[in-house]
Amino acid sequence: MAGRTLKALIIGCGRVGSAIALQLQQEGWEVTVVDENEDALSRLGESWPGTFIVGHGMDADLLRDAGIEEADAVVVATDGDNTNIVIGQVAQKRFDVRCVVVRVLDPARARFYAQRGLNTVCPTSVAIERLLEAARACALPPTAAEAAEELAR
Amino acid sequence: MYVIVAGGGKVGANVTRSLLRLGHEVTLVEQRRDRFERLEDEFEHQVQRGDATELYVLERAGIARPPDVVLALTGDDEDNLVIGQIARERYGVPKVIARVNDPRNQAHFDLLGVSPTVSATSSVMALVEHEVPEHELIHLLELRRENLEIVEVEIDADSPSAGKSVEALALPEGSRLISVMRGGRAEIAVGSTVLEVGDQVLAILEPGKEDELRRVLLRR
Repeated sequence: MAGRTLKALIIGCGRVGSAIALQLQQEGWEVTVVDENEDALSRLGESWPGTFIVGHGMDADLLRDAGIEEADAVVVATDGDNTNIVIGQVAQKRFDVRCVVVRVLDPARARFYAQRGLNTVCPTSVAIERLLEAARACALPPTAAEAAEELAR
Repeated sequence: MYVIVAGGGKVGANVTRSLLRLGHEVTLVEQRRDRFERLEDEFEHQVQRGDATELYVLERAGIARPPDVVLALTGDDEDNLVIGQIARERYGVPKVIARVNDPRNQAHFDLLGVSPTVSATSSVMALVEHEVPEHELIHLLELRRENLEIVEVEIDADSPSAGKSVEALALPEGSRLISVMRGGRAEIAVGSTVLEVGDQVLAILEPGKEDELRRVLLRR
């Protein structure tokens, strides 16, 4: 296994998908990106060295052409939760990809499909947690003067 | 019977109307405001606004009761798939019927266990195949659960099978001839049945064996 180039297939080339594609490519992965919109290629910079395929990730023939059967990782991050959920399951169940990661913005659906064995990442839940932590950090401990005043009562 | 209908387009609205007329209890869920408002004029409290792939929307529509049937009839196959999975697997809805808009997505519905499905496109195409004689192998029926299909073939003068008995044909494995229709009368195909030009032959076969069967019966 050592020295073998890892292959990633990224479905959806928005802000998230393109950033993941660029990062993995820099780390030495062989990256193929699929997006419905041709213009999304511009998110990958001036000279994207990987593969870019225009088409819909629901299309099983396209997934096969994009090399899903040899992919070490499939990241599904289109702007549609349900599209991602379906493509993720197709990658997992039909093409037997071992490592499939799916972005799901709705926490309820992310949880439901996570329970069913789909590796879902929910940016909404992550944001809620981080914002909560940040809000709680604003509740500073009382100052010495406030504490003394409290004691005096 | 209690039915939740997801998707208030032409199909969903007409199905809702028909179910109500039959005396069933129905909740229709439609996401788009313009459509919802039009539907509300007609269906009043029996239509709710929301995304039927959101659990809280489904719960508000009474999915936890659960309904006897959920109909996933939106114009989006991804949405219909997710509605079907959530209804069956999370809420134990006994029956889900889903609409397939793009027949290429049928395999996804099969893979994810959302069935039965209905597809207007596939139905029209099946009729076209039946009505247009150039399609030499006509799909009559798909037995999805059995993973079998029934097709019809017409034997013509160029067919290598004309004049041969059924037992003399090297039919592909996973296929059988069912019946032969000749002169307006059908008979069950047995080993000694001899095929003649003009016969309409029904065959049952596993999907994917069509080309082999066509070669044996028609050499094309």
